Amino acid sequence: MEVTLRVFRYSERIEPHYDVYPLSFSGGKTVLEGLFDVLEKQDGSLAFRYSCRSAVCGSCAMFINGSFRLACQTQIKDLKSSVISINPLPHMKIVKDLVVDMKPFFKKLDMILPYLIPKENPPEKERLQLPRNRKRVDNYIDCILCGACYSSCTVAATDEYYLGPAALTKAWRFMADSRDGGTAQRLAIVADEHGALRCHTLFNCVEACPKQINCTQAIQNMKKKSVARILGFI
Amino acid sequence: MRAAVEAAQYADTAILTLVHPVRSHTVAAQGGINAALANADPSDSTERHAFDTVKGSDYLADQDAVEIMAGDAPLRIYELEHWGVPFSRMEDGRIAQRPFGGAGFPRTCYAADKTGHYLLHTLYEESRRLDVKTYQEYMVVSLIIDRNKCKGVIALHIPTGELEIFSSCAVIFATGGAGRIYGRSTNAVISTGFTIGIAYHAGVPLKDMEFVQFHPTSLYGGDNILITEGARGEGGYLVNSRGERFMSKYAPTAMELAPRDIVSRSIQTEINEGRGFDNAYMHLDIRHLGREKILERLPGIRDICIHFAGIDPIDTPIPIQPGQHYTMGGIDTDHDGLSPLEGFYATGECGCISVHGANRLGGNSLLDCVVFGKRAGEHAAKYASNLEKPDEGIGRVALEKAKKEMMSLLESHGTENPSALRRELQETMIEKVGIFRTREQMEEALAKVKELKRRFRDIDLSYTGKPYNLDLAHAWEVGGVLDVAEVIVRGALMREESRGSHSRRDFTQRDDEKWLKHTVATATPDGPQFTYKDVVITKWQPEARRY
Repeated sequence: MEVTLRVFRYSERIEPHYDVYPLSFSGGKTVLEGLFDVLEKQDGSLAFRYSCRSAVCGSCAMFINGSFRLACQTQIKDLKSSVISINPLPHMKIVKDLVVDMKPFFKKLDMILPYLIPKENPPEKERLQLPRNRKRVDNYIDCILCGACYSSCTVAATDEYYLGPAALTKAWRFMADSRDGGTAQRLAIVADEHGALRCHTLFNCVEACPKQINCTQAIQNMKKKSVARILGFI
Repeated sequence: MRAAVEAAQYADTAILTLVHPVRSHTVAAQGGINAALANADPSDSTERHAFDTVKGSDYLADQDAVEIMAGDAPLRIYELEHWGVPFSRMEDGRIAQRPFGGAGFPRTCYAADKTGHYLLHTLYEESRRLDVKTYQEYMVVSLIIDRNKCKGVIALHIPTGELEIFSSCAVIFATGGAGRIYGRSTNAVISTGFTIGIAYHAGVPLKDMEFVQFHPTSLYGGDNILITEGARGEGGYLVNSRGERFMSKYAPTAMELAPRDIVSRSIQTEINEGRGFDNAYMHLDIRHLGREKILERLPGIRDICIHFAGIDPIDTPIPIQPGQHYTMGGIDTDHDGLSPLEGFYATGECGCISVHGANRLGGNSLLDCVVFGKRAGEHAAKYASNLEKPDEGIGRVALEKAKKEMMSLLESHGTENPSALRRELQETMIEKVGIFRTREQMEEALAKVKELKRRFRDIDLSYTGKPYNLDLAHAWEVGGVLDVAEVIVRGALMREESRGSHSRRDFTQRDDEKWLKHTVATATPDGPQFTYKDVVITKWQPEARRY
């Protein structure tokens, strides 16, 4: 198979532009493997992030042929295109080429108290949690913090204080956990014009998520709780 | 992460990391973490866990260390649960446990098939609770050593391309294994073994490096991504091209749940004898578990199969082949992760205590990380808190040396492509120092490693800019791991027996009289110097290993 990788290039001293690299291969090849081919054989100056190459570490979220994808999880042949256009995550500051500045993303994650706040002192052994309660965090705990949702979110792009889908989903992951007692503390943070209430319910995050996490549902759940809190019901 | 979370409670602690902490290879661990909680079977005990580990190690593990690991396991698991790891649960709400290879009881605590992911994220969350500083995208390139004590590291800041001094009273390496020295590795691309090389080059001995684990089930045609042992723990079958569950020939009692060394050899034997598919792979069949169980217990595996091999394991058997998976050996340390170099610790896969001996049991690597990570963190931090902060200028000599090394890499204008050298190394190691080994092949491998070292002096870097220079980082890595590869090959050549993962065609038996001992390799200007250390035996005398 013959394709062309059209890769976004930028660094402090180089104006943004696209470089084009031919790539021929047979069988399966992921976009990440294609980028490695370019780096190793054609252009050693290319910058991108990688680690696990198995869709679980969250390093390689990019904007590929118009969609948010993990480069490692995307088979080139599945894109059904002779030109593969590879861009860094939109709406984020570019460090170099496909590498973006994730600091604002992680800073917002820190704001929602991203750790379990136990209801009470834990017992000597494990806390008991019934399977049906454990099930309530399913899906939400699959987040790999790749940033695709945050990058796809129109609201995050226009309100620099908006917490964004990943941080909010993390907040909900704890609120939904029967072992957690931090709901009031977290609601005080997310029931805010830059928190859950800012979400426009566009579902961009759901569409962008490579792990099929329903971020919008998580945010909707918190909107309900936020309203209840504002009205003094909880 | 576990070491940092512990150390932060006693001393000023920072995490220096090549990638963001949640991108590290722990995140890819799937099947679970062992602890004799006796939830699934009340007759399990920490002593049985220790015995299974020792037997699994082919009696090369130090039994006192194994007893610490098995003994502390339940405490560490409860602690992880308290911190928020979303373990899968039994009907009554206790932590669920599944059967795993080489274990006498269902002992592997799990969270679906994404245990490492949830565990690493929870530890990261714990580090946020404690507000541990992190310095990200720093590639450590050397140790700062002052009067025979480790006083910090020199690291390359990838985004800027600048070398920086990090002075400290103690250093803990928790940097993972050397999987990517091999081809067909399940490991993350960042598990290069480079940091093991840093320790070795600083004069810290490496232990038992010839013991390299091959996981029986890595995805064929999918870049050898790991397919968890949990797939067999949940009842999956291994089937050859004749439709036979061939494990009945090799491990009639344990079948698919024999330890990894045995299952990998069995698969490879079937393939070598012409009973594989396309002479390359076997089937792992989980169809009979049914859709519901697969979706509940093995959802991650299903996603991997769909995205990376284009098949759905609910309807189709999974094509698998053995792949390099784990580095049993590593930086020589004691029970607190302390190496022979004062102030320098190693824990997790990069270290070797040894609790895994010649073959690690599935579910014991995450456990190793949390049990000995805690111990290393505590020991290092207590040691550090009794010391004066090192002088800022302490790393200047090391910095200058690293700068020279970087300049010589950047200014190299030879003909060799460092990435091509790495691929040749990977191919050589998997072909010639793999599951089955012979003197002849290993000597060829050694010659190849020497050739690659020679050719490395003639490399060419295509990019010489500073920010985010992956070309430079990769070249540096390749140069660093060639010596580690040499230690693996020479250690394997010298060990004239078969034990655990080290299986020689020319010495097919375990030889306790001569080889019940650890290999210790120390760097000298003439290459590695080998000495040997006794194995610690407390309760269990070596006996034949049957499953």
